[in-house]
Amino acid sequence: MIGTDLLGIEDLERESIERILHTAERMQEVGNRVVKKVPTLRGRTIVNLFFEPSTRTRASFEIAGKRLSADVINFSTDSSSLKKAESILDTARTLDAMDPDVVVVRHGVAGVPKRIADVLSAPVINAGDGAHEHPTQALLDLFTVRKRKGRIDGLTITIVGDILHSRVARSNIYGFIKMGAEVRIAAPPPMIPAAVETLGVKAFTSLREALDGADVVMALRIQNERLSGTYLPSVREYSATFGIDRETLRYAKDDAIVMHPGPINRGVELAHDIADHQHSVILDQVRNGVAIRMAVLYLIAGRQERSFG
Amino acid sequence: MTPSQTNSSNARAAGATRPNQKTVLDDVGIRRALMRIAHEILERCEDLERLYLVAIPNGGVPLARILGANLKEIAGVDVIVGVLDTTLYRDDLNTGSERPLLRDTEMPSAVDERFVVLVDDVVKTGRTIRAAMDALMDFGRPKTVQVVGLIDRGHRELPIKLDYVGKNVPTEPMELVRLRGDQGNLEGALEVVVTDATERGATP
Repeated sequence: MIGTDLLGIEDLERESIERILHTAERMQEVGNRVVKKVPTLRGRTIVNLFFEPSTRTRASFEIAGKRLSADVINFSTDSSSLKKAESILDTARTLDAMDPDVVVVRHGVAGVPKRIADVLSAPVINAGDGAHEHPTQALLDLFTVRKRKGRIDGLTITIVGDILHSRVARSNIYGFIKMGAEVRIAAPPPMIPAAVETLGVKAFTSLREALDGADVVMALRIQNERLSGTYLPSVREYSATFGIDRETLRYAKDDAIVMHPGPINRGVELAHDIADHQHSVILDQVRNGVAIRMAVLYLIAGRQERSFG
Repeated sequence: MTPSQTNSSNARAAGATRPNQKTVLDDVGIRRALMRIAHEILERCEDLERLYLVAIPNGGVPLARILGANLKEIAGVDVIVGVLDTTLYRDDLNTGSERPLLRDTEMPSAVDERFVVLVDDVVKTGRTIRAAMDALMDFGRPKTVQVVGLIDRGHRELPIKLDYVGKNVPTEPMELVRLRGDQGNLEGALEVVVTDATERGATP
C-alpha cells in the first residue's frame, strides 16, 4: 500500500495517508514513555542527505530514527554553489555503496529526490525539494488537524502566503483535498501559481474573504529574498494585507486553529502574539512531526528482505 | 483433537461457523475458564494490591477485562488493566513486504515492583510473549511476570511456558486459531474458532 519511496503527497492514495496517520498515532505513545525507544529498526541505517540547510526537519528525522533504534547519519552538503546533477548523483551512489536502509533527501531543486531514488537501491524519503513537495510536513499537518478537530473531511483550510514558491503549500493542498477538506489559498496575485484552481483550491486575494468561516488558518513563511520587489513591494505591506493577527483571525471560526511550518517571521506572516495564542498549534506540529516521521520510517525502512549474495 | 462442535445456545448471528471451521471453546467455556484462572491468580499472587493485568491486543483485551471483573467479584480488588501492543518488538518485521498494523498501547501505570500477568488469547510459538516481555521491560522492572493463554496450541519455538491455560488445543501448525465475538469484533459472546489450512494466509 505504501510504496518503496515517499516522494510526494501527489502520488499517495487516501488509504495510504490514513495508514500513515494511524501508525503515527501509535508512535506518539512511544514518545510519551519513560524509555522513548523501541527496537523496531535496530541495525538499520538511515542517512539524512541534506543539500539545503535545515535544523528542524533534520533533527525531527534524526529523533524519529533513533526512537526506532536505527543508526542515523547526517550528511550535509553545501548546495549554495549550485552543484551539477552528475555530482549529486555521484554523492548518492557513494552513499549507496555504504548500504543504507533508507535515505532522507532535501534539495533546493525540485525533482532531485526522484533522480536520486532512481539510482539508489535504498528507499528515498523526500524531506523537501525546491518548490515541489514536502510530504512529511503535509502529513504532520494533517495529523495535527485531525487530532485537534477530530476529522479532516468537511473542514475549511485556508493557506496564506507565498503559494507559488512553497513546497509546504503544494503538499498540503494535495493532502487536505485527498482527505476531503475544502482548501482555500490567499496571497498577493504574484504569489498565486497560474491555474492553481485545477488542483481543486479556491484562490483569494482578500485575506478576509479567504478566512471567512475557516477551521484552520495556515500561514507560510515569507522568504526574505522574495520580498526584494519582484513579488512584493515590502514586508510592511505584506504584513498589513496578509499578516495574521487577532483582528483578521476574527473572520475565521471561533475555534479555528493557527498553524505555521516554521521557522516563524514574527511580525511578518504572524503578528507577534499570535504564535503564542491559545489557538496556535505550532508546537504541536513540531511534536507531531516526530511521530509522523517514525510512522513513515517504520512503513518504509528496511522492509524488503536483504540479500546476502 | 476433541472439538466441541455442539455450539451452545448463545446467539451466533454474525459468527456463523463455516464448513472448514469449528468452535473449540464457546462463550460459556471461555467465561468458565477465566473464572477458574482468576481463582488461580488469586491463589498464587503475593500481593493483590500490586497485581497488574497486561493484555496483548487484540484478543487479550476482552479477556483481561473479564479477568479483572472476575477478580473484583471474587476478592473485591480493583486490578489495573493495561494494553501493550507488541508489534514494534516483533522479530519478523523484516520478512514481509508490508509492515503490520500497529495496535493501541495504554499502560495506565508503571510496572515497577508489580506482579504482572500478561493475557493473550492464543499462544503458539511463544514469539509474541517474548516480544511482550521485552516491551514490558521498557515500562519498568516488574517483580514477577506470569502469562495467561486462553488457548495453548503447542508448537513452541522459544522457551516460553504458560502459567495459566484456559484450554490445551492440539492443532496442525498451518491451522488458524482465533478468538472472535458475535459482531465480527471482540464484543458480545466470544468463541475460539479453528480454521483449517485451506484458507490460511500468512502466520499472524
